Amino acid sequence: MANLETEIEVTKDRKLYNWMQYFWSNYSVVFAFIVLFIVASIASDHFLSPLNITNMLRQISVIGILAVGMTFVILIGGIDLSVGSVLALTGTIVMASQVDFGTSIFTAILFGLVAGALIGVINGVIITYGKIAAFITTLAMMTIARSTALYYADAGAIAGSNMDYRAIGNEYLFGIPIPVYIFAFVVVIAFILLEKTTFGRHIYAVGGNSSAAHLSAVPINKITIMTYMICGLTAAIGAVIETSRLNSVSTSSSGSMYELDAIAAVIIGGTKLTGGQGRIIGTVFGILILAILSNIMNLLNISPYIQGVVKGAIILVAVLLQKRS
Amino acid sequence: MILEMKRITKRFGSVIALDGVNLELAKGEAHALVGENGAGKSTLMKVLAGVHQPDSGEVILNGKSVDISSPAESQMLGIAIIHQELNLIPYLSVAENVFLGREPKNLGFVDYKKMRKDTKALLDQFGIELSPRSLVKDLSIGERQIVEILKALSLNPEILIMDEPTAVLTDKETEKLFELIDLLKQRNVSVIYISHRLPELKRVCERLTVLRDGKWIKTDVLEHFSEHDIANLMVGRELEDMYPPLPTKFGNEILRVEGLTQNPNFQDVSFTLKEGEIVGFAGLIGAGRSELATAIFGGDPADEGIVSLKGQQVNYKNPIQAVKGGFGFATEDRKQTGLILDMSIAQNITLPNLRKYQRVGFVNRKLEKADIQKQVKNLNIKLHSVNQPVKNLSGGNQQKVVLAKWLVANTEIFLFDEPTRGIDVGAKREIYHLISNLAKEGKGVIVISSELPELLGICNRILVMHNGRISGEFNHEEATEQQLMKKATGL
Repeated sequence: MANLETEIEVTKDRKLYNWMQYFWSNYSVVFAFIVLFIVASIASDHFLSPLNITNMLRQISVIGILAVGMTFVILIGGIDLSVGSVLALTGTIVMASQVDFGTSIFTAILFGLVAGALIGVINGVIITYGKIAAFITTLAMMTIARSTALYYADAGAIAGSNMDYRAIGNEYLFGIPIPVYIFAFVVVIAFILLEKTTFGRHIYAVGGNSSAAHLSAVPINKITIMTYMICGLTAAIGAVIETSRLNSVSTSSSGSMYELDAIAAVIIGGTKLTGGQGRIIGTVFGILILAILSNIMNLLNISPYIQGVVKGAIILVAVLLQKRS
Repeated sequence: MILEMKRITKRFGSVIALDGVNLELAKGEAHALVGENGAGKSTLMKVLAGVHQPDSGEVILNGKSVDISSPAESQMLGIAIIHQELNLIPYLSVAENVFLGREPKNLGFVDYKKMRKDTKALLDQFGIELSPRSLVKDLSIGERQIVEILKALSLNPEILIMDEPTAVLTDKETEKLFELIDLLKQRNVSVIYISHRLPELKRVCERLTVLRDGKWIKTDVLEHFSEHDIANLMVGRELEDMYPPLPTKFGNEILRVEGLTQNPNFQDVSFTLKEGEIVGFAGLIGAGRSELATAIFGGDPADEGIVSLKGQQVNYKNPIQAVKGGFGFATEDRKQTGLILDMSIAQNITLPNLRKYQRVGFVNRKLEKADIQKQVKNLNIKLHSVNQPVKNLSGGNQQKVVLAKWLVANTEIFLFDEPTRGIDVGAKREIYHLISNLAKEGKGVIVISSELPELLGICNRILVMHNGRISGEFNHEEATEQQLMKKATGL
């Protein structure tokens, strides 16, 4: 009897151990977040103030939404360098529709979203059917999108006059900024797509081994194009929030370098750059880690010029830790 | 004894991979290491290669107890391993691959001249017609295996470990390999030889060690055992007939291929397949058989010709159409084209047919789970959980997962490419019976194999391909190994 009981004990222990190992390998980024959160709360009294927290959340919403789209693309083993420029171009489309063509806010947003998705589809088609590497295709799209926006507005800004449009980026609902709701909504949709649907399963298959996926009747081209479409769409959603915040778009600086922050968040969140492995939850925590870092450094009056060093170091440490586990 | 491994135990989490295993190796001996998949052969060799460190036990090399903590150390101790998986770099030349990491240097620069000369010397010794300058990506899988062997030999090892070295070799290449092993033995090199091909063992080895379920079973002189005895020792029970009775009841013609051509892989291939029939494809590596199957399946469509399913021309442009039409294709290379290694067993099994479990785009996991459990039981797949990554399974069990993929799909025509490559007798027998049962259910089955006994054992008809063309066709009754080989080599 005693023997049997110890055996059961052992299996229980093992189960717990296995579970912990699973948890660590999948969610080590969550621990990192908790540690950072505690450190930040101790380091500065202002950190936990509701105003600081809500501000921080609003600031990360745009990059966060881009990072969600980027997660899809990186999961299939791709990359999208164009999202920052696409944000500028779709932002230009949204503002220009209202200002130069007098459309309603709703129609303007719709134009922006459709344009974002369309650019994503173009990226995807060139990558799949044109067989050009994602890095090159989206690098080209990055300059094309930016240049188109710059040309349209003579490298200037387009400011809106309809004050209602400002609501999206500036209003609160139950004390929480609207962009945070949009970010949360995008995350939930992405989670459902990746975890619960055929589409999600196919994404992991294409990223894991595209030739095996092809011979397992997975429509790899369609899946690839759709992930880039999602990525373009998230860039356009980001553009709406970004332009609504100031009710204007700056064709030269809007979205500049956002792609790198989005990629950083995805990588910190544990998604493999080679594709096939990663979770949307990881990306969310990745973006939260980046947000807390820059927030606490600002609160502690650390020179912005040195902040990049810390951020870069964190990216390296995050990836090193994931390699370990 | 040059090597003694004593009471080696190795655990992975809750799994005991090796449980007090012994192995001894004499100087200049070729020692066969046999056992079913998952018996612990590969793990034991990885201990020797410094990849795994044992939890307990002792390794004695030349009379001294050693601690092999890394592959580099293993190499230094004179142990070289030829891996089952090919570890070559496709865009480097043969010479560069052979000397990878140990490039001869001259004033700090790589001495390519010497590298090529040394490689050429090795090639000549092996009697292999291969240029040291050829890129590995342009070589056939058999030639790559030879490069892998050369790589190990260039280290001048005292102990050479060969893990299924002949799995992808043609008969001619295999015989050359055996001659080379004879030569090595004369030079006092000891060889540990792992193979599932029992007939080879007697040609090559003097003694054998049998492992089963991570335990040491027996070490003895090979002469004392028949192939049948060895198989029984491996499986641990009396093995009944290896091959099931041939299918006898055929239905209508289900598949017709006419004049199928894909340059430069195959030309003008025509054949038919009936419901309930098993048709085999024999041939050498590079004869175009895998390419033919891939083309029929729409993986890489043919240039010309007609593929008809039940009288209707189909000519699939992609695998999605083929799967809808009722085709299933178990590819020859489960790691490269058969499985998504990071995904779970369950997710791999349902991948080709995910739409079956889909409700408005969502995967219904309950429906999915029922089918998966059924196949795991049906195929006797050994696992801890269907949610574990498929990469953690042994080769035979991975192969069963590949088959399971097409069993849950509504497959009418099965294309099996090397369905038993690198798996043990027990699993092979299970797969033969499975194939036979599929035929009994009225499915059409095509089996591509480089193992002639297997084709002779299970196929109603055997087609032989040589240089991309069908060079012969035999009924089961009239086919012999000699005839098949003659046609395969184009005589």
